[in-house]
Amino acid sequence: MRRWTPYWLALPAWLWLAIFLVVPIAAMASVSLTTGNLIDGFTQTFSVSNYSDAIAKYSTQLVRSLVYGGVATVIMLVLGYPVAYWIAFKAGHRKSMFLFLLLLPFFVSFVLRTISWGFLLADDGILLGTLKGWGVLPQDFHVLATTVAVIGGLVYNFLPFMILPIYVALERVDPRVIEASYDLYASRLSTFRRVVLPLSLPGVFAGVLMTFVPATADPINAQVLGGTSNTMIGNIVQTEYLVNNDYPTASAISFTLMAVLLIGIFIYARALGTENVLEAAAR
Amino acid sequence: MNNPLLRGLTQSRYSRRDALRFAGYSAAGLALAACGVQGQKAAAPSPSAVADFWSTQKKNGRVVFANWPEYMPEDQAPLKQFQQATGISYEYKEVIQENAEFFGKSEPQLRAGQPLGYDIIVMTNGLQLGKMIQLGYLTALDHKQLPNFAANAGASYKNPAYDANNTYTIPYQAGVTGIAYNTKYVDEDITSIQSLFDKKYEGKVGMMADAQEVGNFGMFAVGVDPDKSTQADWEKAAAKLKEQRDQGIVRKYYAQDYIDAVAKGDVWLSQAWSGDVFQRQLAGEPVKFVVPQEGGTIWIDNMAIPKGAANPVDALMLMDFLYKPEIAAELTAYIQYVTPVNGVQQILAGKSDEDSKALAESSLIFPTEADYAKLRPYRTLTNAEEPVYNGLFQTITQG
Repeated sequence: MRRWTPYWLALPAWLWLAIFLVVPIAAMASVSLTTGNLIDGFTQTFSVSNYSDAIAKYSTQLVRSLVYGGVATVIMLVLGYPVAYWIAFKAGHRKSMFLFLLLLPFFVSFVLRTISWGFLLADDGILLGTLKGWGVLPQDFHVLATTVAVIGGLVYNFLPFMILPIYVALERVDPRVIEASYDLYASRLSTFRRVVLPLSLPGVFAGVLMTFVPATADPINAQVLGGTSNTMIGNIVQTEYLVNNDYPTASAISFTLMAVLLIGIFIYARALGTENVLEAAAR
Repeated sequence: MNNPLLRGLTQSRYSRRDALRFAGYSAAGLALAACGVQGQKAAAPSPSAVADFWSTQKKNGRVVFANWPEYMPEDQAPLKQFQQATGISYEYKEVIQENAEFFGKSEPQLRAGQPLGYDIIVMTNGLQLGKMIQLGYLTALDHKQLPNFAANAGASYKNPAYDANNTYTIPYQAGVTGIAYNTKYVDEDITSIQSLFDKKYEGKVGMMADAQEVGNFGMFAVGVDPDKSTQADWEKAAAKLKEQRDQGIVRKYYAQDYIDAVAKGDVWLSQAWSGDVFQRQLAGEPVKFVVPQEGGTIWIDNMAIPKGAANPVDALMLMDFLYKPEIAAELTAYIQYVTPVNGVQQILAGKSDEDSKALAESSLIFPTEADYAKLRPYRTLTNAEEPVYNGLFQTITQG
């Protein structure tokens, strides 16, 4: 009897995933292969032209989303790694306070955080208005409704998801390993490069995963901070689903995005050289 | 603390809208689990079927009213008076943020035959309301129980093109789409729609993301009446709008946050809804509203009873109660859109306070016959036309 206990305990979670993840995904897969419209109904035709049509129509937005997501992820890595390093090794007994500060923005809703950016960065708002008043910036300078604003918003909103996993990985690095490296006459740089960095890679991998995927699919930043040429694939899915009620096209785009992201992550895992990186991340 | 920031932080508009949006996704996902999706196209019920339905319904003493934000005085006085007059208790919910979102979220539930939990909903005449009617998601109204509507509704609000004989809907409020501009930055009087296409305002023009709204203004700009437009006209309008976009004149295609952008000066002039601008004027912000000489659009937000509503009789009573001129006047005083009820202007003119008098004199709240002639309704699109139309204009707004 006791042998089965772990299975019983895990059952609710498995059921949860089966019902709320597997069933909707299967349903979406089925819908993505139908044709028709809302009024007359959608019939299962297994027509893959939904995919080719959707990709042809929205390739610009798809590529743009991947570029935005990728650029934002790189910026987050560059900004986030030193922060995680500093908290893990230098923050001393104030560690938990800094971690709390890091999480503090999450007490405000995602959308409101993005809107408050719109307020801060308004053309004549408290930041740009002041700088323009000092003559530092030209009068027609603006940040909102540009690519910079959208990528900036993505970085701002997802940065903690990059820092936290890296922090966890660095935190686990045994100080004695670093000491040993110094004892073996390694410089600070090569200690970092050959000891600390490799040991933190699982955290980097998890951080990239947790930021690149949602940043690429995010519709809010483009909607609130973007301009006429910043539409991302998440906005397209919303429009196709809720405005046009074109469920097949919306599902096909979602699946395409999922496939592209999965392939990208797989390549990235290989490129990182740690084939068992998922195992390492799960350790 | 600065006022706009406070407003931005306290407004729950976005968060709620997005919560609904994602709830809609998952609900729809589950409802679609079967292979394919059945069409639900429903023929209009026969008059006798409607009479049979209503003959079995009874007053239940409660009603649930789903409406848009800022569409009811904060003290809910009209609803309280309804409760006093009829003994019917009410629940008022501000759950509708956008027609498409609301429809997207409700559709799977209605399709599955589940009640929405609302007895009255409010939707704009447009694609989604058309779909609700076609799919049989609304309850045909019993006009015998709507005496105030029969007596007091304005002539232009009866028997509209989108709902013959008001079979399923009666208007709640109407509004005008025109141009709003910030007088701090724009030092001329805007009169023409061509100002939205003027190179002088490069990067300072806001347009609406909604395909019908943006399409209508494109058509006005090329001299076409949207109501009578053909596919060739749409293509001409789309070309004009694309040029406007490619020249960098448009800063952004807005959902409903344009008015903040105008007030802050992020855009100087924008496509706008009349009532939004009045509310900002009362707050003392330098915004002006104008119906361009080429034309503006008039749209109507309609009350309807969704299929499966628990308290249809109580809902009818409330809908009719809002057609009493003195009640409608209270709504107008707060909402400041166009009322479909006759007699409101006289009531407001007779009040002693300045605000009411100003409202009574405003031609945008009480359009004259000449104004109505300038205002065009939305084009009713057929199911075959809709994807063509949306395709043309969405490639511009979502490029």
